[in-house]
Amino acid sequence: MSKNSNHTLLKVKNLKVHFPIFKGAVLKKKVGDVKAVDGVNFHITRGETLGLVGESGCGKTTTGRAILQLDRPTAGEIYFDGHQISNLTDEQLRPLRRQMQMIFQDPFGSLDPRMTAGDIIGEPLLIHKLTAGKNEYREKIRELLQVVGLKPAMFDRYPHEFSGGQRQRIGVARALSVRPDLIICDEPVSALDVSIQAQIINLLEELQEKFNLTYLFIAHDLAVVRHISDRIAVMYLGEIVEIATRRDLYRNPLHPYTRSLLSAVPVPDPVVEAEREHILLEGEVPSPFNPPAGCKFHPRCPKAGRSLCREKAAVLNKVAGEEHWVACHED
Amino acid sequence: MSALLDVKNLQTYFITDDGLVKAVDGVSFDLREGETLGLVGESGCGKSVTALSILRLIPNPPGKIVGGEILFEGRDLIKLSEDEIRAVRGNRIAMIFQEPMTSLNPVLTIGRQVSEPIIVHRNTSKEEALKESIKLLTSVKIPAAETRVKAYPHHFSGGMRQRAMIAMGLGCNPKLIIADEPTTALDVTIQAQLLELMKNLTRDYGTALIIITHNLGVVARYADRVNVMYAGRIVEKGTARSIYGDPRHPYTIGLMASVPRLDQDTKTKLVPIEGQPPDLLYVPPGCAFHPRCIYASDKCPQVVPELRAVDANHEIACWENVKK
Repeated sequence: MSKNSNHTLLKVKNLKVHFPIFKGAVLKKKVGDVKAVDGVNFHITRGETLGLVGESGCGKTTTGRAILQLDRPTAGEIYFDGHQISNLTDEQLRPLRRQMQMIFQDPFGSLDPRMTAGDIIGEPLLIHKLTAGKNEYREKIRELLQVVGLKPAMFDRYPHEFSGGQRQRIGVARALSVRPDLIICDEPVSALDVSIQAQIINLLEELQEKFNLTYLFIAHDLAVVRHISDRIAVMYLGEIVEIATRRDLYRNPLHPYTRSLLSAVPVPDPVVEAEREHILLEGEVPSPFNPPAGCKFHPRCPKAGRSLCREKAAVLNKVAGEEHWVACHED
Repeated sequence: MSALLDVKNLQTYFITDDGLVKAVDGVSFDLREGETLGLVGESGCGKSVTALSILRLIPNPPGKIVGGEILFEGRDLIKLSEDEIRAVRGNRIAMIFQEPMTSLNPVLTIGRQVSEPIIVHRNTSKEEALKESIKLLTSVKIPAAETRVKAYPHHFSGGMRQRAMIAMGLGCNPKLIIADEPTTALDVTIQAQLLELMKNLTRDYGTALIIITHNLGVVARYADRVNVMYAGRIVEKGTARSIYGDPRHPYTIGLMASVPRLDQDTKTKLVPIEGQPPDLLYVPPGCAFHPRCIYASDKCPQVVPELRAVDANHEIACWENVKK
């Protein structure tokens, strides 16, 4: 997609992740697939933040996990720094994992309660053998604690002694410890209180600048995604329906789903709210086990009038003259 | 018009092994008929406990309403007997809970659960109540309600379960609905559907609504008036327009500055509120917000500020005169 592809850090081509469904207790028979991710294409330039938004079950988390090979892709290619990584063995992947880290949503469930904060942060350093001795190890972790806004003296505390926001800082420090290039942030602020969310968002922005990090930022909160991302991809039922720069997507959303998604997010200002247009979608997201034929959005789409929408899948098309792609049969 | 609900100096405390938790500590507000009130704040600020206190659903022990009055339709709910309050719950005041997954009974059909308040409060037969349930489920836009009454909660999606909860709440045509984070567990497009539905239904039935949420946007869109809570107290209250247009309490100002907004064009840096909400076991003395407040003066750690008027229909509990 990009012209200067030599700066592309991550490229995902036609990624598919299907989870088989079996029936029967003794003789298991495959009865179908849940097509969690079904043909996704995008790239991320080094130093950039790509936001991935969509509702629950749209495949955004699975996409993130597939990039890290936590869920093995069913089909498609993933290029990291120019190298195909989706066909590597676990052994071959290990050195690459240092360059790709993940920050998880749940700051309560994602930290081992029996490890100290310091050891949680330091574990990746030991796994990748990045420290020479005990002193250097402790020194590095103290430094990391400071980088994420915690006190070095918190080294020996356990996760339950921290608040949600502080725990998320520990998660960030752990991801940073191995000096990765790419960090996949999976709903990193959605479990936090409003006043704490901004602290973590600002921290992520500062760190990006400091360490030249590249983010894939997965979230359902469009206001947060818009704030932090350079470009944004909108997913629906395993497919990207629109991808554009932050500015274009919010100023000129083209896909009917993007439009209704944007209008569904209330703005904290009653004067603005009174004048905004609200597009209410009918129904709910269909099951990815049995998605609708044609354009997957057509049963809920306020614009789907043509038989084309019901019959032919919509693919991403470039909007002339812009870095803006949309998968819709309508103009 | 006189107030439908008038809460005066409500105090709900919890006696725990670690000490006394003043979850709600002197909260006063009123609500007129048909009005929508937003109760906003972060986790642990006492907004849910306020709601549960109104319905006398505070588990005792460890919790207890230790002071105040809750006047509803002229009667003090705190003084009612168990039987009397039971006649109010689900009948005059209905509650919609946050978790549609856990607040429905998994072994009873949807129809049975929506019928229950009707049978209990209106003394109708099961058949009549079921007919009424079908009507209610249709009014909350559940398709094919005649067959869906026989379904169990696990057959329903999160959004449909919450619709069923709303139908259940509407069953006895209550004067007041309390919705505690009604859409927090749901996707944005479903959230929009449900809030719009609730707004329309309360308008049609003339029902007053208390929306409890941490989402400033939801309140802005739907509430007439807003109470902002912090550490068990109301720190700012007023009309939605005055609170959003001209917030005067440093906490409210801080909250507004810390959320990214869809209608802001540039990549403005967020201004977070430093620190974190206090542990209610160790509430800071004086104004509970003072350790996080950038405007705090010498007086703030010493004396608790009471609510005072700064404008018509606009009160704050703050010693300073701050403007956005």
